[in-house]
This record gives sequence, C-alpha cells and structure tokens, in this order.
Amino acid sequence: MAHAQTAHDAGKYYIPHGSKWPIVGAVSLFVMMLGAAALLNGVNVAPFIFWAGFASVLFMFYGWFGTVIGESQAGMYNAGVDKSFRMGMMWFIFSEVMFFAAFFGALYYARNLSVPWLGGEGAKYLSNLFLWQDFEPTWPTNGPAAVGGAFETIPAFGLPAINTAILLTSGVTITIAHHALQAGNRGLLKIFLGLTFLLGFFFVYLQATEYAHAYHELNLTLGSGIYGSTFFMLTGFHGLHVTIGAIMLVVIWLRVMKGHFTPKHHFAFEAVAWYWHFVDVVWLGLFIFVYWL
Amino acid sequence: MSASQTHGHAAAHDHHDEHGPAKGIMRWLTTTNHKDIGTLYLVFSLIMFFTGGAMALVIRAELFMPGMQLVDPQFFNTMTTVHALIMVFGAVMPATVGLANWMIPLQIGAPDMALPRMNNFSFWLLVAAFSLLILSLFMPGGGPAAGWTLYPPLVLQTGDAFPLAIFAIHLAGASSIMGAINIIVTIMNLRAPGMTLLKMPLFTWTWLITAYLLIAVMPVFAGAVTMLLTDHFFGTTFFAAAGGGDPVLYQHIFWFFGHPEVYIMILPAFGIVSEIIPTFSRKKLFGYDAMVYATASIAFLSFIVWAHHMFTVGMPLAGQMFFMLSTMLIAVPTGVKVFNWTATMWKGSLTFEPPMLFALAFLFLFTIGGFSGLMMAIAPADFQYHDTYFVVAHFHYVLVPGAVFAIMAAVYYWLPKWTGHLYDMKLANWHFWLSTIFVNLLFFPQHFLGLAGMPRRIPDYSTQFADWNMVSSIGAFGFGLSQLLFVYIIVKCARGGAKASDHVWEGAYNHGLEWTVPSPAPYHTFEDAPVVK
Repeated sequence: MAHAQTAHDAGKYYIPHGSKWPIVGAVSLFVMMLGAAALLNGVNVAPFIFWAGFASVLFMFYGWFGTVIGESQAGMYNAGVDKSFRMGMMWFIFSEVMFFAAFFGALYYARNLSVPWLGGEGAKYLSNLFLWQDFEPTWPTNGPAAVGGAFETIPAFGLPAINTAILLTSGVTITIAHHALQAGNRGLLKIFLGLTFLLGFFFVYLQATEYAHAYHELNLTLGSGIYGSTFFMLTGFHGLHVTIGAIMLVVIWLRVMKGHFTPKHHFAFEAVAWYWHFVDVVWLGLFIFVYWL
Repeated sequence: MSASQTHGHAAAHDHHDEHGPAKGIMRWLTTTNHKDIGTLYLVFSLIMFFTGGAMALVIRAELFMPGMQLVDPQFFNTMTTVHALIMVFGAVMPATVGLANWMIPLQIGAPDMALPRMNNFSFWLLVAAFSLLILSLFMPGGGPAAGWTLYPPLVLQTGDAFPLAIFAIHLAGASSIMGAINIIVTIMNLRAPGMTLLKMPLFTWTWLITAYLLIAVMPVFAGAVTMLLTDHFFGTTFFAAAGGGDPVLYQHIFWFFGHPEVYIMILPAFGIVSEIIPTFSRKKLFGYDAMVYATASIAFLSFIVWAHHMFTVGMPLAGQMFFMLSTMLIAVPTGVKVFNWTATMWKGSLTFEPPMLFALAFLFLFTIGGFSGLMMAIAPADFQYHDTYFVVAHFHYVLVPGAVFAIMAAVYYWLPKWTGHLYDMKLANWHFWLSTIFVNLLFFPQHFLGLAGMPRRIPDYSTQFADWNMVSSIGAFGFGLSQLLFVYIIVKCARGGAKASDHVWEGAYNHGLEWTVPSPAPYHTFEDAPVVK
C-alpha cells in the first residue's frame, strides 16, 4: 500500500512532514477577506481581489483534502489518527453550535427582554416614556421606528413545514446510506447518499424561493427591524451551512462512486453525516423559535 | 511520575524519511513540527508585544502631562483600541499557544500535535489576521478607535478600517478555534501510555480547560462582530433601538465571550506557575487534584459572570445581584490556587532563579489584581469605579504582572530545554527587577487616579491627576525599555552559552516528561511513546 516515497509504519501515528496547503490557505483567506473589506468600502478592483481569494481558497480545499484522501487511501492513517479526526470534527461542530447560539441568544434577548422594555415593561420603562411612547411591544416587530416599513411573516405551516419534512427525511436517508455502507451494500449506499444531497439542494432551492417571496411580496427583508435581522441572519447562516453540507455530501458521494470507504474505515462519511445531523438540529430550532412560536 | 524511556531515543531511528527540518524560509512556511510552530508563535507574540507596547508608550507619552501634547484625540483612541486588540489577541494568547505547542507534546509524551497541518494553518492565519488589523490603521478615517470591546453605536462610526478590523477578528478567531481543537485532541488522544489525566502536568491541564473555553466562546465573538458588520453595511438593527434591537445586547454577547476570554489568558499562566513553584521549592505541588478542580471551577464560573462588566447599563436589580454574587464566588477557587502555591513553598528548599522570581512576582501582583477585581465585583461600589483608571489598573495587574510575567517565567523556565543553552542569569535577574519595579510604578498609581475619578480612554485630564500620571508614564517607559533586555537575553541564549543538562533545574524531577528528553529537545521527540509508571 504505502510506497517508498512515504515509507510509513502503519502502527504509528502518522505525522506529515511539511505541507504547503496551510500557507496557501492563509494567504488565500487574507486576500479574500481583504477583497471583501474593499468590496464593502466600495473599492473598484475589490470584486477581482475577492474572487481571486475565493478561488484560491477553493484550490486550497481541493488540494488539502485531496492530499488527505490520498494518504487515507494509502492506508497511512491508523486507528489513532482516525480518532483524532473524529474528535476534531466533533469539536468543530461544537464551535458551530456556539456560533448559532450567539444568534439564537440575540433572538431570545430581543423577544423576551429588549422589545418588552421598549414597550415600557420592567425596569427600563424610561426609554418608552421619553422616546417611544406609542410603541406597542408585539412579536414580530420592526421596532418603534417601524424600520423597513410594514411587513408580513412566513407562516410556519407552509413552506417551512415542508422544508422540515425534507431535512428530517434526509436525516433518515443518510442513516440508511450509513447502514448500507456498514453492511457492504454499495448499491443502496449510492442511491441513498445521492438522495440525501438531492434533498439537501432541494431544501436550499425552496429556501431561495421563500426568500424571493419574502422580499418581493411580503416586504420582509434583512432591514425589517429586529425581526428581519434575526430571521434572515439565522435562516441565512443555516442555509449557508446546508449548502456547504450538501457539497460535502456530493464529495463523499463521488468518493463512494470511486470505490472509497470500507465498512470499517469511513471517517469522512461519518463526519459529513454528523455535520448533516447538526444542520438538521439547527433547523428544528429555527422552525420552532423563528417560524412557529 | 517517571518515564521508562531512555535518553537519546532520537538516535534510535537511523533513516526515517525527511526527518530534519527543511531548509530556508520554506521550513517556516510549510512546517508541521510542533516545535517549529511553537517557536513561530512565540516570535510572533514577541513582535506583537513590542508593537502593542509601542502603542502603549504613545498613550503614556500623551498622558505624561495634562493638556494635549503629541497626538490628536482620534489617534489616541486608535492607540488604546489597537493596543488592546494586539496585546490580547496578538501577544498574550499566541504566547501561551506557542508554549502549548512546544510543551504539551513534550509533557505528555506525544510525537507531535495531533493535527499538524492544521497547526500550521492556525499560526499563519493569525499572521493574516494581524496583517489585516495593522492595515486597518492606514485606512481613510483612521484605525478602529471605539475601544477593543467595539461597542455599538460608537464602533459603527469607524471609517474604512471597520470591515478590515472585523475580518481580522474573524480570522484570528478561526485560528484560535483550530488551535484549541488541536490542543484538546492532542491531550485526549496522544498521551503516552500510563499518562492518566490526573498525572498530567498542570500546564497541560490548564491548557486543556482553556481550549474548551476557546471553542465555546470564540464563535460567539465571531457572531457578535458579524452582527456589527451587518448593522453597519446591510441594514440590520440588532443593536439599534429604533428597529427593536438594543445596543446593550452587543455588550451581553461580547462579554459572554469576553469574560471567559480573560480566563483564556490567565489559566495557562496558572499552569506555568504551578510548574515553576514546585521545581524551585523542591517539593511536589501542594494539592494537585484541588488545583485541577479549581481550574475547572473557574472555567465553569467564567460563563455566568459576564454582566459584571456592565453593571452601569441599567440592568434589572436581580441581574446585578446574580452577577455580583457569582463573580465573588470565583474568589473561592482562585483562593484555593493562591493558597496551594503558598503551601507548596512552605518548608520548601527555595532558590530564586529567574523563573521563580517571575513566578513569585506573579503570585503577589496577580493577587493584587484579583483583590481589585473583588472590589469591582461589588455592584454598588462598581458604579464609582466603572470606566475609571481603577479598572485599567485592575486588568493590567492581572494581565501584565499576571499573564505576561507568567509567560516570561515560562520562557526562562523552558528556554534551556529549547535551545540547549543556559542563559545569562545575571542579566535575567536585572530584567526581573527592572520589570517588577517599573511595572508597579506604571500601574499602581493608576489605582489612585481611578479612585480619584480619572476616566479611562481620555487623552487629556484635569490637573489634579498630573502627578500620578507622570509617575505612571515614567514607569511605562522604564518597563518598555527593560523588555529590550529580554530580547537580548533570548537571542544571546539561542546563539550559544553554557550547555544545559537534560534536567536543567535540579528540582524539576516530578513533573512532565519534557525533562526526560535531551536539551535541546531534538526535532522529533517521542516517536515511540514512552511508558509512564
């Protein structure tokens, strides 16, 4: 398996010696963020800088993951390395949970504390008394200044309920795919993994139609006060994560098509599955706290 | 604890592939070696320490006398803001990460960090982040000037520097999260056989807990600054009351990150001091288990005290009571630590080499900072202290003679292990005494200024504050210049000097496995895991 170039003792924890990908990644991200900042500041050449950086970030991902996949296929990763990857992925997902927690926290604070305070409840009645005397604290709201103008919201038991069903179904299909992988049933694996990312992209498509509906017909935009802010930032970051997760699913599906993964050795598959369940759980939180209640 | 491993194992592997470091600049750009990356972090941190220090000297030069002296107020505000961002995210944190990179694998008998490529990524991403931040200083409208806490609505008035500073924070945060994941995975997965959790050296323990804090709060900070970004550019109203948001919401989210953040800076320092005091007392650490549990308790409490930074925003009374009492509770585990360090020295056979001097100064001066923290924890009293120089004095006491002294102690403690040479002890003693005298001259008078009512982040002040400000500025320049000695000692030691033994310090026998490898530590260590009995 492992050839002369990487004479590696499989009993040992594999330590790579030198890699150009991290520095490529750091420089690419620097260029991309510089471009993004310039874009926000209205600099002419900014789109060029941003997209050049973005393209090199993609190049870095392709190269870095390609290297890791190659090493994995060459059998250089023993159980210890596998365990490190698992722990790393788990803590990465935890950090993502905390990122969403910040936005859920903002939603909670606005609904239960700051909006009622603006309406004159509790210890902070003075801002109501002096600044916003006519403000009735209700939810949804775009605040006492009615920022963004009157808007309507998206009812939970329309498209969002269908989206919930789609994501929950995709959680089932990926589990069936996982069981098929463990049982060595590659045909079933390919079908159900393929079905999973199709459901994922379908979800993203429906979210996009929902956004278009919100912007064009409901006048619900990112600028619709605190409701619009929390609604679009939470669902937007979630949609971004579903998109990334679906791309990850495509990558492992392509790897399955190439014959990668064995019933016992398939960390990447499980990592993507965990990630997929994570976006699923975040969605349930969104469905309940953003759309429904 | 001892390792059954024989010394000189580095020679055991005769022909492994590409085992020495690569040559030239590519070594540093592409390295996956924990020692190289540790060195990169430490050197980066030192450069940032001087960059942030130069900004502090601009501040102190302006404040040397009342009246406007040298810089315009906007630039003064930029200096206070960027000095803090650089010192927190560019100097103190990378220094402790650098120490973690160097020492954790050596202490627990791991062949390297668990995810070596990501380790390199963490470091270079930090360089990218600080390049963006430094670049932001030269933007139209000046650098970020709203204070390091970036409170809205003030911060939303920043000019073109704004998105650069926000993205710098995003990248530095990503770097920290990846670094923290690496540390957790290394400790949980790569400990040598027999190195049970409760045998781990305390530096490793405190870093493990710090890493959990980092993963939990850096993403929250990223979320907070993202909301600032969208409020500024995309019309959201998270922090604007007109749209139903609340500027105080930012403060809550920020300090939910910010309070654990201060423990992220101090817990590794606790670990360092817990390594050094036993060595130079020639005793085992008193109450090892209690130290571990105290560290964990402090970490837990750090999540439920954040609003003590904002007692004056008009919180409901119940909130003030809760945050006041939970804050005071932290004195209990911190007290356990201080008493345990003291008890470790009790009837010990003490010597006062430079690491011990710095650790002892830490013990006294950090405790002063802790006590002033307790004073401010009392909500009604804090109404008086809030936003005065008393706060500045408090957090500089815990950060400079606290965290920074501990980092210097760690450098003096492990430098012979890294370089294989002993450093100039006499000069290091000079460095210690100059630093300690000047740091007190610098920060102690700020207590008086604060209690007398001098506000922080102000370039000019009333004449009754003149004397102590002058004393403080003299201390600042003295402290800053003394640090040149630190650089000289390190460079001199890296270039040569008396050969250090593998053990380096005669009292360093009952701690981590770092003392079982040769000095200097070979490029690769513990390729075969040692067995700890």
